[in-house]
Amino acid sequence: MKARVTVTLKSGILDPQGKAIEGALKSLGVAGVLSVRQGKVFDIELAGADPARAEAVLNAAAEKLLANMVIENYRIEMGG
Amino acid sequence: MNAAVIVFPGINRERDMARTLRLVSGREPAMVWHAEAALPRGTDLVVIPGGFSYGDYLRCGAIAARSPVMDAVRAHAAAGALVLGVCNGFQILCEAGLLPGVLMRNAALKFICRDVYVRVERSDTPFTRGYNAGQVIRVPTAHGEGNYVADAAMVARLEGEGRVLFRYTAPDGACDPQWNVNGATNAIAGIVSERGNVLGLMPHPENHVEAALGCTDGRGLFAGLVDHFAAAEPDGR
Repeated sequence: MKARVTVTLKSGILDPQGKAIEGALKSLGVAGVLSVRQGKVFDIELAGADPARAEAVLNAAAEKLLANMVIENYRIEMGG
Repeated sequence: MNAAVIVFPGINRERDMARTLRLVSGREPAMVWHAEAALPRGTDLVVIPGGFSYGDYLRCGAIAARSPVMDAVRAHAAAGALVLGVCNGFQILCEAGLLPGVLMRNAALKFICRDVYVRVERSDTPFTRGYNAGQVIRVPTAHGEGNYVADAAMVARLEGEGRVLFRYTAPDGACDPQWNVNGATNAIAGIVSERGNVLGLMPHPENHVEAALGCTDGRGLFAGLVDHFAAAEPDGR
C-alpha cells in the first residue's frame, strides 16, 4: 500500500532556504512569485492493506522521525 | 574524570575531543560506538562530539538521536549526570529531546568556519566554573546549521532561568547583531537543560586548548569539569 507524507515548516518559522529559492526564481525571470517555502516529501510503501492501520503507522513514522514536531507539520495522503 | 565520547557514523570530531579530554583530565576517554547498549561503568561525563552524523540526512542529528546508545545517554542524563554536546552533538541533543529547541540553517545560508567570540554568561555551573562570569572567549566554529530556534515562551524560560550559558557577542562582550554569526535567537550559542546537567553548544572549545594552536580559551570548560569531578570525589580524580 502506498502513501505520501509531506513535511512542511510551521508558519512563523524562518525559512532562509525558501527565501534563497525565491530570489533565484526572480533572477531567472520567473515573475509573479510572492513567496516560497521548502518542504519534504516521503513516498512510503507499507505492508498490508488496512488503511486505518497504515495511517497509524504513518503517524508514528512522522511524529517519531520524519517531522521535527517543534518546527514542522506533516500531512498524509493514502494511495498514489 | 571518566569521560565517554559517543561516536556515530559520520562524526568527525571525536579524536579532537578525545585529545582534549586526555590532555586536560589526564585520563583516556572511552570511545563508545553508537550501537552499544550501555555506557562504560563509572562514566562521569558523556560527550557527543561534532561532525556530520548520518550525513545530516533528514535533519542534522535526527537519525543519530534515535540510535541505540541514546537510551543509555538519556538514562545518564535522567540520573542527573553530565552530558556535553558540541556542534552536531548539540543538534543531536535537541533532536533527542534532551535539550529544547532546534538548530536551523544559518540565517545567511553560509557555512561558517572561523573563530567566534562568545560570552560566558555565568560561572556557577560545572561547565563554566573554569571561567569568570561575563568572560568573553574566542572559540572556533564550523557549522551550516547553528541558528538556535525555540518558541518565544521557551526562549523566555531559558533566559529567565539562566540556562543560556554561552552567547555570541562582540570581542568586548557587547550584544551586537553584527557578531551574531548565524542569526540565532538572542544570539544563543549554548544552553543547558532544566536541571543544568546537559549542555549543548555550537562552537568547538576542544579545538582551543593548546598554545601551539594560538589560543587556549576553550580549556576552561574542560578544566572546570575536571575540578567539578575532583571536588565531588577528592581521591578519585
